Amino acid sequence: MSRLSEHFAALRSRNEKALVCFVTAGDPNPDATVALVETLAKAGADCVEIGIPFSDPLADGPSIQASSQRALEQGMTVRKSLEVIRRIRARVPDLPLIPMTYYNPIRHFGLTEYARQAKEAGADGHIVTDLTPEEAEEWKRICIAEGLDTIFLLAPTSTTARIEIVTALSDGFVYCVSRTGVTGLRDDIPAELRDVVTNIKAYTDKPVFVGFGISRPEHVERIVAFADGVVVGTSLVNLIHKERDNPDLLEIVYQYVASLKAATR
Amino acid sequence: MTTATAEYALLPDERGRFGVYGGRFVPETLIPALDELTLAYAAAQQDPAFQKELDGHLKDYVGRATPLYYAERLSDEYGAKIYLKREDLCHTGAHKINNALGQILLARRMGKPRIIAETGAGQHGVAVATVCARFGVECEVYMGEEDTQRQALNVARMKLLGARVIPVTSGTATLKDATNEAIRDWVTNVRNTHYIIGSVVGPHPYPMIVRDFQSVIGREARVQILEKEGRLPDYVIACVGGGSNAMGIFYPFLNDGAVNLLGVEAAGEGLNSGKHCAPLTAGTLGVLHGSASYLMQDSDGQVAVTHSISAGLDYPGVGPEHAWMKDAGRAKYVSITDNEALEGLQKLAHREGIICALETAHAVAYLEKMRPQLTPETILIINCSGRGDKDMNTVVQSLELT
Ligand SMILES: Cc1ncc(COP(=O)(O)O)c(C=O)c1O
Repeated sequence: MSRLSEHFAALRSRNEKALVCFVTAGDPNPDATVALVETLAKAGADCVEIGIPFSDPLADGPSIQASSQRALEQGMTVRKSLEVIRRIRARVPDLPLIPMTYYNPIRHFGLTEYARQAKEAGADGHIVTDLTPEEAEEWKRICIAEGLDTIFLLAPTSTTARIEIVTALSDGFVYCVSRTGVTGLRDDIPAELRDVVTNIKAYTDKPVFVGFGISRPEHVERIVAFADGVVVGTSLVNLIHKERDNPDLLEIVYQYVASLKAATR
Repeated sequence: MTTATAEYALLPDERGRFGVYGGRFVPETLIPALDELTLAYAAAQQDPAFQKELDGHLKDYVGRATPLYYAERLSDEYGAKIYLKREDLCHTGAHKINNALGQILLARRMGKPRIIAETGAGQHGVAVATVCARFGVECEVYMGEEDTQRQALNVARMKLLGARVIPVTSGTATLKDATNEAIRDWVTNVRNTHYIIGSVVGPHPYPMIVRDFQSVIGREARVQILEKEGRLPDYVIACVGGGSNAMGIFYPFLNDGAVNLLGVEAAGEGLNSGKHCAPLTAGTLGVLHGSASYLMQDSDGQVAVTHSISAGLDYPGVGPEHAWMKDAGRAKYVSITDNEALEGLQKLAHREGIICALETAHAVAYLEKMRPQLTPETILIINCSGRGDKDMNTVVQSLELT
């Protein structure tokens, strides 16, 4: 079993839901990212997605776009992102780590070489936002060979046929997008979400996590009533950006993430 | 070449592939919409009523067939027979309306009440705003902020037509970023919105659909040249941004192995300056906006900042079928700088009394490079993809005409 699957099975046996956090590698800088992920782990994050920045993140809203842009302007690259992951792994030996990116940067790097280096750096699996199972055959084969998980997404628009394909091919968990749209803050939780998740769960025993638009403990509490976990990205990216020069940055992030984690128990 | 060419018109395959190019690299949310579009298009193709309706609008609303004009004084200058396919005479002033019209009819069949589009030069935006006005559909157009300035006339036209123009400030604030924003809008509003892509780019089935709707250009041109000359041309030349006017005029000639197809990209300030947008000439395999093709990118796989004097060519990607035709050797791709394009534009204005778009001027300017190989028997067709009114600001500034 992969680290992801083991970790989430253990959570399930404790009757606990998962908190997945997202940060962009290199925003505000690589050292900060390493320290931040260590803090996320201490605060109770069950898994961290590390965004490898891409110039044209078409599934992301303004906050993560800007964060990616800042990271790129800092000189972040795929290679440097892997270096950040390697340093994170040295600090948090057991935390599931998932690089999240778009297809072009890793394709350009060379899929096989990228996967080899990502594994060696300590990644457990990947989310490639613009790679659906149909286009992921080669990538999936390479990841299997390296012992890396591939996580695929489902959306409220997904048909039964697609739910069957994606739940069969996604490793570790299935990522359910909370609404049609890009990443970004939202006040409410869509009324249809419970039905969407419940329907997906009818096709799989794999954990189903919900992401996009989740920022508050009360969102988390409501979603984990029917899903196995939540992914929090934009609000964390915003918080880090806002407090980047604050000497108490790590403490502030710790408090916020701990409050989210408390809502999963 | 003839045996190989028999296959050309058969692509893409059912996965939307032209060889290794094309495909569907999009977030999961959009897959059902792309499936729906694929089905709706297949059904429309089978439906004679659809074709009849489209043909009717192309004739009476767009003004087709457009003339194949013998450019006599240009021909004298170059010592060859040069014909212009006058897409600049289409309603709204460019070939873009052929596709916009086809797609709005598809959107109606799919029952989508809202239309979005991206635009660079504004010609596609104007075409979409026009058909939306014609059919009474809500329309929003994404346009890079830089382009809203250099193509201000077209912004005014879109507004007058009742469309909302949304300036895009992210990234380089040009066509690439307008396309990102349009895709983000589509991901969000996919249930009630159809996205009318303006070129032969994007995820499958767009490159195929846009090509098919634009192929009316080449079908007409092929008949017209046979009428006028009794034989096929030696060259068909078109500018290539995303590649829709080129694909539209090339496609019906694909199986005519003796017809040389020439696509002209924008070399900006020169291929060595780093300031250009010639992915087929100087790019590498990459994935942008949903399909695999040639792409301008840096060593890290980040999409490069591009430059062209012409907003409609200022795009780092190109349609996947062009990538495939390049590799297969069926079409040849070359490039023309900003300055050369300005000269081409003036040459056509002085010699023929036709002020073409800056995009089109790249195709015209390539004549200069061909000069040594032209003979009085050489027949060329240049796709005159659009008229130049929209570019007057840029041209006036560049040529210091005031
Ligand atoms: C007149 C004209 N020609 C050409 C183009 C380039 O697009 P494509 O390569 O898709 O024909 C544009 C795009 O805006 C245009 O307005």
